[in-house]
Amino acid sequence: MTDQAAAREPVIRIEHLSKTYTRGGQPIPVLMDINLNVDRAEFVSLMGPSGSGKSTLLNLIAGIDHPTSGRILINGVDIATLGESSLADWRAANVGFIFQFYNLMPVLTAYENVELPLLLTNLSRKQRKAHVEACLAMVGLTERMDHYPNELSGGQQQRVAIARALVTDPTLIVADEPTGDLDRATGEEVLKLMDELHRDLGKTIVMVTHDPKAASRASRMIHLEKGVLVDDPGPGAH
Amino acid sequence: MFLFKLLLKNAFRHKLRTLLTMVGLIVAISAFGLLRTIVDAWYAGVEGTSSTRLITRSAISLGYPLPVYYADRIKKIDGVTGVTWLNWFGGVYIDNRNFFARMAVDANSYFPLFPEFQISKEEQAAFMADRQGVILGRKTAQRFGWKVGDTIPLSGTIYPGNWTFNIRGIYTVKDARFDETLMLLHWSLIDESVKKRLGSLAANQVGLFMVGIKDPSKASVISQEIDTLFRNSVAETRTETEKAFQLGVVSMSKAILMAIRAVSFVVILIIMAVMANTMTMTARERLAEYATLKALGFSPGFVVKLLFGESMLIALIGGVVGIGMTFPLAKGFLLQTNNVFKVFEISQETMAFQAVAALIVGLIAAMWPAWKMSRIDIVQGLRHVA
Repeated sequence: MTDQAAAREPVIRIEHLSKTYTRGGQPIPVLMDINLNVDRAEFVSLMGPSGSGKSTLLNLIAGIDHPTSGRILINGVDIATLGESSLADWRAANVGFIFQFYNLMPVLTAYENVELPLLLTNLSRKQRKAHVEACLAMVGLTERMDHYPNELSGGQQQRVAIARALVTDPTLIVADEPTGDLDRATGEEVLKLMDELHRDLGKTIVMVTHDPKAASRASRMIHLEKGVLVDDPGPGAH
Repeated sequence: MFLFKLLLKNAFRHKLRTLLTMVGLIVAISAFGLLRTIVDAWYAGVEGTSSTRLITRSAISLGYPLPVYYADRIKKIDGVTGVTWLNWFGGVYIDNRNFFARMAVDANSYFPLFPEFQISKEEQAAFMADRQGVILGRKTAQRFGWKVGDTIPLSGTIYPGNWTFNIRGIYTVKDARFDETLMLLHWSLIDESVKKRLGSLAANQVGLFMVGIKDPSKASVISQEIDTLFRNSVAETRTETEKAFQLGVVSMSKAILMAIRAVSFVVILIIMAVMANTMTMTARERLAEYATLKALGFSPGFVVKLLFGESMLIALIGGVVGIGMTFPLAKGFLLQTNNVFKVFEISQETMAFQAVAALIVGLIAAMWPAWKMSRIDIVQGLRHVA
């Protein structure tokens, strides 16, 4: 495939994806026959009521859950076929995570938290330092790099988490309710930052949110209901 | 490096909990060491025996004396290199808490049979020249602050009366297994007192004979020969090796020793359960953190290393401090028990057992949570935060 062709190929290609959980011996379908493409540098928001399957879809795209059937191709790699160890390596190289509750290590400083994913790479200490400092500068936390999470506000913690998601320069950033634990003003700052990642750095972002205002920041809004895609304007709709 | 830094920070995240767990471990490891040392002390008499010495005593029991003239007849047996005898003197120094073993020995024949006791020729000569003289073990002299030339007043128990002894020498031992607490006095002195008090018929009696032999492999044959020699006599004898004699004494307390040993292991089991509980609680609290690490791409092995490392670190610190604490604990115990144990040393073997016990506690405590956390479902773990 030529570079041009590769650039045209969607970053995420989902084909006939289904996910069924079993509770008390009863199968509970969560996602049913989902087909979805996401282009490079798209900012997609997944919306829907509780139990619609949006978080499950995000988890499957991020490679932290396994589908019951169907294919999930990320940059051409069918991650549904990868084993645990290969999937862990794949996540380390390709996915940046932003969680609702930040999920920072409380015993590590902001700097150390951002450095964490780089410890799985072959970068030298000096190279890691350069990457971490650049990312912390990007989220405006250079002055706070030696602070522990409990010494930072919620917004600052989420910015550290964004820097952590960004530091390995992943193909894909997944965000699960990134503003869910923040007040409106702080949430707006975080969304602005994510917007910059998408616009200025060309990052592909998939975000789950309940908040229509937050979802409107994305370039494409996808609605799920009862495990089915009910509204998808398609790639490049913006 | 990062792993060590993270597990170090994790270990002291809940300082009070870690501290209390460590205190528990320190108490358990030092108690384990102390209990083992007590058992060792019980067997110290056995460890400090010589294979070239036999003990001949009354066939009825230790409480029955033997005539001193037996010594001459035993000496004539082929393979015997020397014979000495002794009586338990008893006595009280001020009060019963000041206990130390006091034995009346035949000064001429005793020391050649006990080369492990080291004493200068001058002090030995001074002892021989003074019928009220005594030789003291270094530990007892140190305990009471006595030195050569001091006098020791004793109130007689087995041999009634008020006795005053002059310290003529202080012996030391080459090896910590040997008894360094004895007070040796002249057998002739107490024999004379018996003569005066009860008459000649009651005199010339000894508690037991120590028999030196040339070849340890002949111990059984010589023992039989001695006992055959006095069969059907006024006082039949029972001869055995010094080790067998000491084991016989220890076997009287076998049930107690078994109980002490069992308790020492129970203590370790208890702390193992406590620490396993701590590690399980710790792991459960950090469920979301481990899930996050796994989501970021860290392997289940990394999580296992984190938990084992943390547990081993706590065990290592607790173990080292616990071993260190055993020394003052043992000292205090010995003082409280009026120095009833002649040899009370914390052996290197005991310290090694303590270290191994601490490491096993650390390993086992982390086993279940590490296995559990390495298998956590990332999605479930991340949900734990919410």
